Amino acid sequence: MSKLRQSLPGLAVIVLLLAAWWMIVKATRSVIFPTPWQVVTGIVELIRDGTLWRHIGASLGRVGSGFLLAVAVAVPIGLWMGWVRGVHDTLNPLFQILRPISPIAWIPIAILWFGVGNASPIYLIFISSVFPMIVQTVAGVHTIEKRYLRAAENFGVSRHTLFTQVVIPAVLPQIIVGMRIGLGVAWLVVVAAEMIALRSGLGYLIMDSRNAGNRYDLVIAGMIIIGLIGLMLDGLMRLLEGLKIVRWRYVH
Amino acid sequence: MSIKIEVEALRKSFATDNGALAVVDDVSLQVADGEFIAIVGPSGCGKSTLMRMMAGFMPPDSGRVLIDGAIRTCPSPQGILISQHGSVFPWLTVQQNLMFGLNGALSMSEKIAIADHYAGIVGLRGFERSYPHELSGGMLKRVEIARALAVKPAILYMDEPFSALDALMSLRMRNELLKILAQERHTVLLITHDVEEAIHLADRVMVLSPRPTRIQATFEVKLPHPRKLTSPEVQQLRVDILRSLGVDADAA
Repeated sequence: MSKLRQSLPGLAVIVLLLAAWWMIVKATRSVIFPTPWQVVTGIVELIRDGTLWRHIGASLGRVGSGFLLAVAVAVPIGLWMGWVRGVHDTLNPLFQILRPISPIAWIPIAILWFGVGNASPIYLIFISSVFPMIVQTVAGVHTIEKRYLRAAENFGVSRHTLFTQVVIPAVLPQIIVGMRIGLGVAWLVVVAAEMIALRSGLGYLIMDSRNAGNRYDLVIAGMIIIGLIGLMLDGLMRLLEGLKIVRWRYVH
Repeated sequence: MSIKIEVEALRKSFATDNGALAVVDDVSLQVADGEFIAIVGPSGCGKSTLMRMMAGFMPPDSGRVLIDGAIRTCPSPQGILISQHGSVFPWLTVQQNLMFGLNGALSMSEKIAIADHYAGIVGLRGFERSYPHELSGGMLKRVEIARALAVKPAILYMDEPFSALDALMSLRMRNELLKILAQERHTVLLITHDVEEAIHLADRVMVLSPRPTRIQATFEVKLPHPRKLTSPEVQQLRVDILRSLGVDADAA
């Protein structure tokens, strides 16, 4: 009940926005900009002819591959950089320069290197999500409380035990934060990447709907679906925060 | 009785913005095997620094620490440090914490048996699968002590182990510690600012001077266990120790 009450103001804003949108379109008698209802029928149309699932599947597939590749690279590198001072000092300057470059700026080079197939957007997703995850993992290692490391040193445990039972579990909550940020960025980027010369994906759907006959109902339908899937992806990552092994980080 | 710990002319100073700050100034002491020594001193006098040097966590500027006649320069499972803030790993269950320091040569079932045995000794039976955040402060201390006992250390270094607990729990933990030590004799060094706690537990109480610290007085506690804290002997000892700390207990 209190949860419902909590979400009421947020819902109210959305409803108000929809109403205002509807009224403005009606009042201006726009022939290009669709009403919310036309967007709904647009979504239904996309569901009926099956193209919606194809586009969603294509986008999710690219995000999934690029993101998992980034996790596989960022976590070991982040742990290594966090643990070994020399590695940090060697790699950090390069990463700090690469990190602020917008993934959009990589598009021409991605096309040059990988052509216009699936590899280009996967590369763009990789490059955009790998740095935030490295940064979070390094920060996670650097903020392990000294008392835990001291205890591990005191018990004289092997390197293997030190890593599997102290360092990695201590950093895991930060890795998950990094993954949340990384996946969020990845989803932003895939849509932008698909606007360039691919024949599938939600980004392609938006550009194609505009180019092929000013179907702005489908443009907005695509935008809303992107937003909803982004929300779901974030919710999925938040589920990881409920894992027993990281619960300790979120109590108190 | 043989000498377990021999501390020879330890000195330590730290570099600060205002030059070197002498913290420990020429401390020498000997601890017999199985003896319980309490070290009391004014806050900030360098008690913890002294203990860290004795446990091998911090190199002294000069002087040396001998354990069983051999120079100690790094921490070892032979001497486990239990600190005020605790270092029970929050991401491991009670049982996993107790198994943490156990040698890799033991089989899993042997480790579990040892962990469960010590969980029983400190009264944590039934909580083996709990995570630390599900336990109270007193129970956490028990985990900390049990984890130390499980590796059968020759020496326990206890740095204000009960100071974060309330008075009642602290008293209860003292009694439990005495009970455990009656079963398994360890050499114990206890740092405390609680004079009563020192008299309750120790065979000898050493009083440290303000910084830079040195041993100012030593009191033998010849009373048999269990000690009655309200007895005139204990009260007299308390007054004497407080006086050597510069506090007039009668006037207070």
